[in-house]
Amino acid sequence: MPYDEALERFEPVLGLETHVELGTNSKMFCGCPTTFGAPPNTHVCPTCLAFPGALPVANAVAIESTIRIGLALNCSIAEWCRFARKNYFYPDMPKNYQISQYDEPLCFDGYLDITVEGKTVRIEIERVHLEEDTGKSTHVGGATGRIQGADHSIVDYNRAGIPLVEIVTKPIEGTDRLAPEVARAYATELREVMRSLGVSDVRMDQGSMRCDVNVSLMPRGSTEWGTRTETKNVNSFRSVERSVRGEIERQAAILAEGGRIIQETRHFHEDTGLTTSGRSKEEAQDYRYFPEPDLVPIAPDPAWVAQLKAELPELPSVRRARLQAEWGVSDLDMAAMHNADAFGLVEATVEAGAPAADARKWWMGELARRANENGVALAELPITPAQIARVTELVKSGALNDKLARQVLEGVLAGEGSPDEVVEARGLKIVNDEGELSAIIDQVIADNADAADKIRGGKIAAVGALVGGVMKASRGKADAGRARALILEKLGVTE
Amino acid sequence: MSAITREEVAHLARLSRLALADEELDHFAAQLDQIVGAVARVAEVATADIPPSSHALPLTNVFRPDVVAPSLTPEQALSGAPAVEDDRFRVPRILGEEA
Repeated sequence: MPYDEALERFEPVLGLETHVELGTNSKMFCGCPTTFGAPPNTHVCPTCLAFPGALPVANAVAIESTIRIGLALNCSIAEWCRFARKNYFYPDMPKNYQISQYDEPLCFDGYLDITVEGKTVRIEIERVHLEEDTGKSTHVGGATGRIQGADHSIVDYNRAGIPLVEIVTKPIEGTDRLAPEVARAYATELREVMRSLGVSDVRMDQGSMRCDVNVSLMPRGSTEWGTRTETKNVNSFRSVERSVRGEIERQAAILAEGGRIIQETRHFHEDTGLTTSGRSKEEAQDYRYFPEPDLVPIAPDPAWVAQLKAELPELPSVRRARLQAEWGVSDLDMAAMHNADAFGLVEATVEAGAPAADARKWWMGELARRANENGVALAELPITPAQIARVTELVKSGALNDKLARQVLEGVLAGEGSPDEVVEARGLKIVNDEGELSAIIDQVIADNADAADKIRGGKIAAVGALVGGVMKASRGKADAGRARALILEKLGVTE
Repeated sequence: MSAITREEVAHLARLSRLALADEELDHFAAQLDQIVGAVARVAEVATADIPPSSHALPLTNVFRPDVVAPSLTPEQALSGAPAVEDDRFRVPRILGEEA
């Protein structure tokens, strides 16, 4: 059913579960490294492979990071809580259970404020708990590499045991037609918070941040929630938005025909933007949670928690408001930077010494255009904020004009080196040599005698043609303002 | 008193991916019942002044510093695996959805 029609008839209720891999040096319960992309089964030991007799010990930094996340999300911190065993039979955990938290999460009852179309929406946080990540299964022998039809599976346990924080929202009501945007804005803001805390590299493409999106619909006017589905495998912010939209359309079509939504897990497909059903569960999941007997309870010292709270960095929403005021940027321009993922780049460029207006101009203009042309994210362009700052400095000093600056950026993007190296190699410096400029102007005046006469006769507007001629003759390297002044001077005209 | 039913044993067996025959269900139901009964005796001595605990030692906050320690080599890690493919643990076909 088309989205607008679906929204006329139904109201969506959202819920998001986000997993964030912490960027600790070592795993949650053992000393194995956590770096991404290592050869299979090289970051494993008796503990994370669940060899008999091996015992877990909790990583102090992971505990601290989780509390800091909870504090940044305005949560209460448990005075005392425990890990729990989540028992399930699946080879992605060699123990046959995952150490997680159940009814005693480390952090609970918080919120995160987000901005959608200029409006602040408060997303309430149910809980933030700490668990361990699972290994990575590859399914062999199936036609599509998927589990269905696979002959067998092979498992790499490098990821098993990496500390994983799960952040669960309370049901989000009242988003109306903005449900997809709200979901995306929440995920994006959550990533910003994680970044500001420095607790994770939060890369959705590498799986260090993963979103599960719950959606249900209720008929307009109803207050009783419908049956929800949970969509997994949502690996980008855009996909978070698309999956919500797609699921609303799918559920609305079923409900409109008098059908029933099945509570199930669905898998999102990047290529089509659609979800497909995971296998229906034969019976309700029964994880038989119980307190983890291999680990002692966590009882964070209130003084330590207070200290962590006092030491929290400036949070992204506060930082954005401050920088917006400092930069004098409109809400609309802020939103544009945010949507283009340019905010952090602009900020870094300003920090590297560029005026905010220039930093924004280059990232949102020339560089956004180039990123778009090449189908890459702005941050993936092979140019750094410091290099942009250097270019703005060269423009400010008069060594470059905007046109030459664009050529410098082109050179840097093409891998020709730093801005200064590109200027040198391509000979892009503005012609500041008065003698050289003077000679060019004399030639241009000689070549355009008619225009020169008009100017002498008082028709100053005609000077544009001569300036154009100078710029052309200097291949863009002349300072147009200086050229104009010199032409008028030579023709004995004052404005 | 039979606290553990055949159905409960069958349910546990499914969760554990164990194929139990009918007569085994009765056999294990009786055994599990005895075990649960033995453990239940704890409740007889537990009184209001004994707080529930989940660990033998009255400790909290036992943490390790976030320091990398040597891992096993893949050869060591995989040496006990019933089957190996591409330096990974090879497991039979997984029936069920991805966790």
